[in-house]
Amino acid sequence: MRQSFIQKNPSILIFLACLALFTLLVTVASEGFGLGFISTSFVKTLGKTLCLCLVAVAMDLIWGYTGILSLGHFAFFGLGGYMIGMWLMYERTRLIVVEALAQSDIPPTPEEVVSGIGSQIFGVVGSSDSPLIWSFAHSLPLQLALVVLVPGLLALIFGWLAFRSRVTGVYLSILTQAMTLALALYLFQNDSGLRGNNGLSGLQNLPGVSAGQDQVSLWFFWASALALGLGYLLAAWITSGKFGSIIRGIRDNESRVRFLGYSVEVYKLAVFTITAMIAGIAGALYYPQAGIINPAEVAPIASIYLAVWVAIGGRGRLYGAVIGAGFVSLVSTWFTGGQAPDIPLGFYTIKWVDWWLILLGLSFVAVTLFAPKGIGGLFDLLKKERAK
Amino acid sequence: MSHMSTLLEVSGVSVSFDGFKAINNLSFQIGPAEMRAIIGPNGAGKTTFMDIVTGKTRPDDGRVIWGEKSVSLLKMSEAQIAQAGVGRKFQKPTVFEDQTVHANMLIALKNDRGFLASLLYRPSNKDLARVDELAGEIGLSDQLDRLSGELSHGQKQWLEIGMLLAQEPRLLLVDEPAAGMTLAEREHTTAILVEAAKTRAVVVVEHDMEFVRRLDCKVTVLHEGSVLAEGSLDHVTANSRVIDVYLGR
Amino acid sequence: MKTLMQAGLMLLLSLVPAWAQETGPVQSILQENRHLIEKSSRKTIQPAIDALASSGLPQAQAVLEAWQGKDMWQVKDTGLFYRGEKDGDAYRLTDFDSGAAIGRFDKGDLDQLKPNSGIRALMATALVAFQLNDPDPARRTDAISSLQRDPGAQHLEPLRASIAGETDPNMKAQKRRLERLLTAAYDKDISMRVMAINAMRGDLGVDVRATLNPLVTTRLDMAEGDTPPAKTNVARILKPGTDDLPRLEAYDMLAAAGKAPPRVDRDTIRNTLSNNIMDGRVGGVPLAQLDTETGRIRAYTALAKDGTVPSFVVDNDINSALQGHVFYEVYAEKDKAVTDAAVKTLRAIQTRVGLMQALDLTLDALSLASIYFLAAIGLAITFGVMGVINMAHGEFIMMGAYTGYVVQQFIPNHTASILVAIPLAFAVTFAAGVAMERLVIRWLYHRPLETLLATFGISIALQQLAKNIFGTQARPLTAPGWLDGAWVMNDVVSISYIRIAIFVLGLLFLGVFLFIMKKTRLGLETRAVTQNPRMAASMGINPGRVNMLTFGLGSGIAGIAGVAIGLFAKVTSELGSDYIVQSFMTVVVGGVGNIWGTLAGATMIGFFQKGIEWFKPSNTLAAQTYMIIFIIIFIQFRPRGIIALKGRAAGD
Repeated sequence: MRQSFIQKNPSILIFLACLALFTLLVTVASEGFGLGFISTSFVKTLGKTLCLCLVAVAMDLIWGYTGILSLGHFAFFGLGGYMIGMWLMYERTRLIVVEALAQSDIPPTPEEVVSGIGSQIFGVVGSSDSPLIWSFAHSLPLQLALVVLVPGLLALIFGWLAFRSRVTGVYLSILTQAMTLALALYLFQNDSGLRGNNGLSGLQNLPGVSAGQDQVSLWFFWASALALGLGYLLAAWITSGKFGSIIRGIRDNESRVRFLGYSVEVYKLAVFTITAMIAGIAGALYYPQAGIINPAEVAPIASIYLAVWVAIGGRGRLYGAVIGAGFVSLVSTWFTGGQAPDIPLGFYTIKWVDWWLILLGLSFVAVTLFAPKGIGGLFDLLKKERAK
Repeated sequence: MSHMSTLLEVSGVSVSFDGFKAINNLSFQIGPAEMRAIIGPNGAGKTTFMDIVTGKTRPDDGRVIWGEKSVSLLKMSEAQIAQAGVGRKFQKPTVFEDQTVHANMLIALKNDRGFLASLLYRPSNKDLARVDELAGEIGLSDQLDRLSGELSHGQKQWLEIGMLLAQEPRLLLVDEPAAGMTLAEREHTTAILVEAAKTRAVVVVEHDMEFVRRLDCKVTVLHEGSVLAEGSLDHVTANSRVIDVYLGR
Repeated sequence: MKTLMQAGLMLLLSLVPAWAQETGPVQSILQENRHLIEKSSRKTIQPAIDALASSGLPQAQAVLEAWQGKDMWQVKDTGLFYRGEKDGDAYRLTDFDSGAAIGRFDKGDLDQLKPNSGIRALMATALVAFQLNDPDPARRTDAISSLQRDPGAQHLEPLRASIAGETDPNMKAQKRRLERLLTAAYDKDISMRVMAINAMRGDLGVDVRATLNPLVTTRLDMAEGDTPPAKTNVARILKPGTDDLPRLEAYDMLAAAGKAPPRVDRDTIRNTLSNNIMDGRVGGVPLAQLDTETGRIRAYTALAKDGTVPSFVVDNDINSALQGHVFYEVYAEKDKAVTDAAVKTLRAIQTRVGLMQALDLTLDALSLASIYFLAAIGLAITFGVMGVINMAHGEFIMMGAYTGYVVQQFIPNHTASILVAIPLAFAVTFAAGVAMERLVIRWLYHRPLETLLATFGISIALQQLAKNIFGTQARPLTAPGWLDGAWVMNDVVSISYIRIAIFVLGLLFLGVFLFIMKKTRLGLETRAVTQNPRMAASMGINPGRVNMLTFGLGSGIAGIAGVAIGLFAKVTSELGSDYIVQSFMTVVVGGVGNIWGTLAGATMIGFFQKGIEWFKPSNTLAAQTYMIIFIIIFIQFRPRGIIALKGRAAGD
């Protein structure tokens, strides 16, 4: 009875081993440090996929384990991306501005540098001053803290309001979707302080680092793999013990937990906030690999896709979330990237770019109807077979 | 009336839903180690009464006073009331079907209810022993590692009672524990409840007169949201108004 | 006959070279002013134009028009003026008086009169008088609207003169109004102007404000001494250092006028310093130390001490410069009586405009509310009554809109096509709804979160399908002609007929819904199934069938809403998703399971959104953001919506 949570659940070790092996294989096959079988852009795609797997793990915690279908976790993901993007963009612009000002006869003052950065970054939205929310953008540690704090704080405030008033089930889902929409609409405004629909760009360049993208992409890939591994361990630890028992209890019978004397709202709020923070970290690793972030990334649809991945992978099990996010997002990239071969029917040619979403939508319906446990459910079947 | 002998005092409580008075100026008391049965026809307000005591429903009027320190339960949340020592068993067995009997018991076991404490919790030897002991009391010793969803109806009822006992409540509210049970199961249930009532207050809401007779305790009859009669079962069943209510005029 | 006359005229011309003989009256006037016309100078031409305009001759207008249009030619030999028309290499001339053809002339024998733009403007003014009195009402209307567009002082007299002779009462009223505006703006008699301005108090017309606002425009000015110069129409005197005129701004004004040395700003310092680098130092300060403000100021001060550059302007300099001057706003209009009257009248108008804008906003909000209601009512049925979350609801709206578009491809008559489209859209989405209920939703009752996701899958698929079929560009769904335009109450308050139609449609839906729920068998059965499915089933109601029909009904209504929304919004595959969140909000805010709640929710959201737009115009994005935040907070206080079901019926 009193083993560590890893001993109780060998799938954690299997997962971590697979992740390590995968990281090693990609590294060896990459252009940056290896044989060059895998192009730099594909390394980025894989790195981004790992980040999506991480946010899917967070989604699984809040939905699969706690029973709260949040349609807002991609908003937290996006916020994390924005927070790191602010530093990347600020620092890179600063270097450019300093270099430009160094051309003149007299050295620049700090004020000149700041105003130069302001007009460089915000000229596109008709402003030349850095808004207040950029106060910390000069500092990497502060902005890294914000990657966690901003999504966490938003989740804390929103969750406190929502859970306190006992909004549950689909109502809560709709409310989280409304929150996401509100955030996206806010970010779309030019005076939001985050460059409106231009978003933040040039994030793939690490300021002050001369290494090529082939190497930088691998660094981010490793960081993403590490974050996924740690996130997975954290999630596994959270769900293994009594806390895990309680949140699953909340999922299955909220009032029973309440009458046992647990403050259900606090537990929900804790999970909501922690997962929002994990989502923020995932986003902060994702967008430097994507290179650009704009408000469209935060649109409500993205959060719903997140739910779709977790459902297809199999919720209520962590590896299910990872499988779902990895599988569906990679397949999506393959189909929509134009690599998938078209199917000529004679009278009509099925172009996957056009038909993939239809296939995804319908297969999602099918999974919901016929395989509510998702792909992860297959493992159960295998286990049962073996047990026989 | 001395506070020493009263654990829960409900006085002058009323609540209405959309004009319908579910509870009407209800007063009720129970001592610290007492068994009480509440009976009454459908719509008499039995479940609403439990809802009020456990904090699920806020009354429009009246007071609900708890314990030696005479604190009001009306300002407390459900979780706080439960932590103060009120345990409630629902009519339908509500256990966490996805989890083992052992996990169910561990959740219920009296411990710090804060989320950090739960996160860092590792069961102590004492806790494990207590779970084993309780499992013995409710007769589920050999079922500890099964998923509770796989248990029979009666076993689920016992598990829920066991979980309540693990909470170590001072007042146990039990809603129709015998519904859907076989005769043997009823006897076992009666034994568990009678044993529990030796150390704490137990309020049983029940339809089944036979079961109430078995409990052999003071009976409170509810009708249209207020107390119609109170006393031994023989006493209340002799009451003409109770007969009217049960048999119809 | 024509050739005979032509021959005769030629004969005449050849016999008598002088113009005095046998010329028409217009030609006579032209010849009298021949030198002015030939000189063609803006400064001197006016008498010639006046002579024509005041001649009272019917042909005078034609002459002016020809002249203005560079169609008047002068024969070099005779000096006579004719209308000329290009005919091959040569020009055919016609007499202004008689309209008779004069003959073909080589370009070499002719001079074209080319009035410059200044002269043409003078002619246009003169022409307006003719046009205002033109017997053709269409030309009079043109003249009036051209005056409305571009009024000028010179039009006042001709306009006044034309009022008495105006026969059309409508045009007469327009002319009167115009005359009053022109009087207010341009009359030479001040008392007339004041009277005209006072008469317009409370008039909401945009033209009134357009006339009065220029009268009260001000510009900032300053003068030496304590008081503004006499004979200036001062609006108010500004004290430097207040919000209206910050000190530095006032000082910069003085500097710009050359009455004080300019302040030395950062850029000036920087440029000055970089122009005065000597041996890696500026004013003795090493270059490396110039990377801070203080370092630069030190260097600049050193330079100023040497007298190389002007010294800093310090506070004392600014104060003393400001003290010697007075700053004030001066009206563009010189007469005080006029500006006073205009200010008063405008203030009165502003009050009324404010009231009217509030009314306009109310109408706008009502119209937005009816759109939300329309979009949400189908949802109120599927979500509110059945408890089924249908994320594809928006796509049903889209399907309805596309149905309308497709129908219009086959039925070009817009009225007929809309009449066909509405039932067809209902049929299409009803069928889609029933199919979805049978195939998907009925397997997921009591698993609301999964219903949400499954219907979302359908929503993705339907959206992409629409994209594949109709492409990504917006398709037009054109409203019938009789829905074009707007109901205009005055220049401030107006509402388009489409919006009125949507409002009416919303009311109609409400009525239909209430009728179905309260008076029909389906409504009774639906309510029964909603409240207690088992009991309903035991009474012989088939819950499956009821659910199917109810769902179909909700979807069908979404389809009709789609046609209505498509009339004013762009029909794209994303049409539905633009409304889905708001629709859910409407239902949730209103209170689930109650159509009145949906109505209340739509009204509240519509009014709230318009209210925010009122405070923060031109930013609908912000309005929506705040609205959603408001809803989230609202739900804190009324988790079950405005109209909530209480007690056990609410479930828990």
